[in-house]
Amino acid sequence: MSERIKKTFANKNKKLVTFTTGGDPDLETSFDILKTIINNNIDIVEIGMPFSDPMADGPTIQESSTRSIENGTKIKDIFELVKKIRTLNNEIPVILMGYYNSIFNMGIEEFTSKCVQVGVDGLIIVDLQPEEDADLYLKAKEKNIDLVRLITPTTNKERLKTILNNASGFLYYVTITGITGQNSANLKELQDSINLIRSESNLPIVAGFGIKSREDVENISIFTDGVVVGSSIVNIIKDNISDKKNMLEKIDLFTQDLKAGTGS
Amino acid sequence: MTIKNSFKQLPNDRGYFGSFGGRYVSETLMPLILEVEKEYEKMKDDSSFKEELSHYMKTYIGRPSPLFFAKRISEDLGGPKIYFKRDELNHTGAHKINNCMGQILLAKRMGKKRIIAETGAGQHGVATATVCALFGLPCIVYMGEKDIKRQSPNVFRMKLLGAEIRSVKTGSKSLKDAMNEALRDWVTNVRDTFYIIGTAAGPHPYPAMVRDFQSIIGEEVREQILKAENKLPDLLMACIGGGSNALGLFHEFLDDKQIEMIAVEAAGHGIDTGSHAASLSGGKPGILHGNKTYLLQSNDGQIDEAHSISAGLDYPGIGPEHSYLFEQKRVQYMSATDKEAIEAFQYCCNLEGIIPALEPSHALAVLKKVAKNYSKEKIVVMNMCGRGDKDIFTIAEELNIKL
Repeated sequence: MSERIKKTFANKNKKLVTFTTGGDPDLETSFDILKTIINNNIDIVEIGMPFSDPMADGPTIQESSTRSIENGTKIKDIFELVKKIRTLNNEIPVILMGYYNSIFNMGIEEFTSKCVQVGVDGLIIVDLQPEEDADLYLKAKEKNIDLVRLITPTTNKERLKTILNNASGFLYYVTITGITGQNSANLKELQDSINLIRSESNLPIVAGFGIKSREDVENISIFTDGVVVGSSIVNIIKDNISDKKNMLEKIDLFTQDLKAGTGS
Repeated sequence: MTIKNSFKQLPNDRGYFGSFGGRYVSETLMPLILEVEKEYEKMKDDSSFKEELSHYMKTYIGRPSPLFFAKRISEDLGGPKIYFKRDELNHTGAHKINNCMGQILLAKRMGKKRIIAETGAGQHGVATATVCALFGLPCIVYMGEKDIKRQSPNVFRMKLLGAEIRSVKTGSKSLKDAMNEALRDWVTNVRDTFYIIGTAAGPHPYPAMVRDFQSIIGEEVREQILKAENKLPDLLMACIGGGSNALGLFHEFLDDKQIEMIAVEAAGHGIDTGSHAASLSGGKPGILHGNKTYLLQSNDGQIDEAHSISAGLDYPGIGPEHSYLFEQKRVQYMSATDKEAIEAFQYCCNLEGIIPALEPSHALAVLKKVAKNYSKEKIVVMNMCGRGDKDIFTIAEELNIKL
């Protein structure tokens, strides 16, 4: 298990996790965005590995992947980005999020070795479920990288056991049936699901998908150990694409506001 | 009894054909996909399901489709006796409806209220819209913007059949992107929606299920050729995009080791130009759309855009069973360019009075080349998997003819 993740969840404060696509809109700006976010004491950063066919994502994150790829980002550049982040901050957990083809293509051994070299703490692979993740899980475990498992509103009790077996780091609860950046969660359903997971596991739970504002952060972190905000930040990038200064200022203010929403 | 070394026993219980296949989808879809598998396993041996399917295959689709001896082409090529399996004579004009009928009966039995599909050439979209009209279920078809333009007759047919067409403007704006959008819809409407996948690809059990529903093609061929020639064919031929019509013809014969099989990928402007849709000849293994299979992709694992004049073959992947048969060398994979396909299209029109779809025209293009390697007593069966009415505008444009 990753020490950084363990430390982060050692206290009971609600955690704010951000998602941005690595290399969106370009590598340099992407680093500046992450720097801004980290300076606001955000608890965990998720960095998306851009993929040509992001099936679990809505238009916002799809387009961010396209921008990044069109500007020439390669998977090895994502590792460089993490390496640069580590020169700023060696405490914050960094999670890479993406699709399995990026890892399979590089080779599991090489990919996980690079994760260790640059200081990646965890992986969230949206199209890789327990049935298929044995190869990656074993390599990740060997290298103390958490393979973060996803749980969704359609996950039933029986399946939950399969998911929790070998789960480490924290659990990622997908609050809606759908893709990123769309509807908001049904709070009652969310609460029931979280209670069910809590009855079966002691791992921290963060919720993501459809969490857009400080208000969503406040409402949802009541039930969970943390929340993930992605598309709303990516939208700021898109809306200010030609004015980098303004983009960073807006992301600065927005992430401060989100962080305040966690009450910690 | 299980036959040792049988190609027909696959996939395994995890949905693998050798190292290809599996289930690579969002967690949200996993419980549903496991349920589809369970229900399909239950239903495929259920006699009332089989009877119902067989009833519609006969009375609605018009099966069995004829096996036609293409005498003039056989004589012209001066080689083997060439037969066409006339799946283009099915209701809706292609093999696609065999699978749609099977899947919609399954969806109905699972109590699903809404049907989605992706389509490239529009044949699968039309077939899905057709069975939805037949059973009174709402139908949403995702189709790339580029394909909507080049297959306008099929778009209109789908609309007439009551389907809603959703134009996909992302990525290459063709089949791959239509499939991404269909998966996004499915994950959003997972509880009431059934996704009718059109080819032998996607997460398990789809590759096996689609193949099973298409296998009627080869089963009929066995019976028909024995009746006509009193022996089995020497060579089977079919085109492949995802590969469902090829598996439909081949699967029945995979363990008849003496029978040769050639599947034809779309070489577009030529494999060496990089502008093609030949996943096996020009790709490498990867993960997309729920399965591990050969894909056209960059060194960095980004999926490439495919190119073929035939919208039905314009896809950067291939069904996992084909990846397996390719590596096992059970099937030989060849390719034909856009230009060769158009020539074969015209050749077939002129010599046999059959307007073939551009997809099987690819198979015919290779058959024209390899025929000389087979003597007169040999028998070839080619799957004429679709008719060419949908392609006349594309052909006219290629030939600079104004309609």
